[in-house]
Amino acid sequence: MRYAMAIDTRKCVGCSDCVVACQTENNVPIGYCRDWITETVDGSYPNVEIELRTERCNHCDNAPCVRCCPTGASHIVDGGAVLVTPNKCIGCGACIQSCPYDARYSHPEGYVDKCTFCNHRVIKGEQPACVSVCPTKCMYFGDLDDPDSDVSKALKNRKYKALAPEAGTKPHIFYMI
Amino acid sequence: MKEELIISGRMNPGIDPFLHIWHWHIPVYLFLGGLAAGILFFAALYTIMGREKEMPTAVKWATFVVPVALVFGLMALFFDLKHQMFFWQLYTTVRIESPMSWGAWVLMFITPLSMLWAASYIKEAIPSWEWKFKILDQIMTLVDKYRKTLAWAMLALAIILGIYTGILLSAFNARPLWNTSLLGPLFLVSGMSTGAATILWMSKDHYERRIMSMIDLVLIVVEIFFIIHLFMGFLASTAVQIEAADLFLGGQFTVSFWVFVVILGLVFPAILEILELSGRKIPAAIPALLILFGGLALRFIMVEAGQLTRYFY
Repeated sequence: MRYAMAIDTRKCVGCSDCVVACQTENNVPIGYCRDWITETVDGSYPNVEIELRTERCNHCDNAPCVRCCPTGASHIVDGGAVLVTPNKCIGCGACIQSCPYDARYSHPEGYVDKCTFCNHRVIKGEQPACVSVCPTKCMYFGDLDDPDSDVSKALKNRKYKALAPEAGTKPHIFYMI
Repeated sequence: MKEELIISGRMNPGIDPFLHIWHWHIPVYLFLGGLAAGILFFAALYTIMGREKEMPTAVKWATFVVPVALVFGLMALFFDLKHQMFFWQLYTTVRIESPMSWGAWVLMFITPLSMLWAASYIKEAIPSWEWKFKILDQIMTLVDKYRKTLAWAMLALAIILGIYTGILLSAFNARPLWNTSLLGPLFLVSGMSTGAATILWMSKDHYERRIMSMIDLVLIVVEIFFIIHLFMGFLASTAVQIEAADLFLGGQFTVSFWVFVVILGLVFPAILEILELSGRKIPAAIPALLILFGGLALRFIMVEAGQLTRYFY
């Protein structure tokens, strides 16, 4: 079982509903966000191409944050989600330094926080908060090892990319381009 | 022209607009750790070589600095933690793939070892010294008895302490400036150089000063060689590494690095030491202070510049 997310960049409108849903669902402190929207503009008017992406922790297979954590607070659970155990975290910041995607931040309570793929919802069979509120339904989440899951079906016939594959992290958020 | 922006207004404290989560605590600890590693390395080396008589400062007196440096360094690290009440979690597990875990354990062993080592020479420094508790007398006798074994342990631990700080930074592959395997050796040599400079400064023995001067000179040359190759490596690497190197080759760290670290911290003290070795009288404090300053500046600059380098945006 390997959870992954696929995002259709041609359908994302950059509304930031996913950002707000995540903050609400996960009690993210004001001023912090676990996911964000990026806009990549190529060229200039009238030959412009814009790509909108919603980004978050990529729950990498070869997660540098898990490798660098001195206490094991940063760990990978069944299904591949990368999680942080708050009372094992000493707040050293090594994981923050090692994430190429800048997905982590230091929670005001001291431990390190980030997107959890809404693990608390997924184990109950629900979708992550961001996926469930997206108005254009451009986000797909599921088990990559299951050919019938939403995410596998979404990726089957489309070209897709991952972010910074050269960083060697083996990320599991795929952007359909 | 490709332009990439975050448009949802992300401004995570410490992360945006650029990573600035490690402040002065880390470079100060890296410097003190390197200094401690350098001094303990020479203390262990000359004990193993049986040259305690010719190198008294290296083997005995300079090691008094080490426990102080390590305690201050550990305090700096502790204050940098953001979840301080859980710091003990570091010692509930050994994670071989995390250089920070190696560091926590090495410090756990080397700090008491350095205290024992220095304490075993207190009686020689202050003849009227009497230990308050008899057990301490017995421990000191044991330390004297197993001096060579402890020296070998200290040699290994000192090298690990000196090199792991660089390996730690290089393990963060998300920071292109740090992600080079040359950083470990660079920090080790820099640490040994600051240790040698301290011994040089503290020593009153002419022969010992000469030897440490020559050693320091070699270490400085090696360090300059490493720095040159550091940049050659960056420029021959990928786009993110070239951008990282550009910070030092025309970017905002150019002047501070080449003036403070290279010229004042390495080249100028090397020239002074060559002059001293060829007969001119130079007060030992000057090259020593410059080398120490250069080591501190190197770490401050590397920690700050490293956090500016990134893969995205």
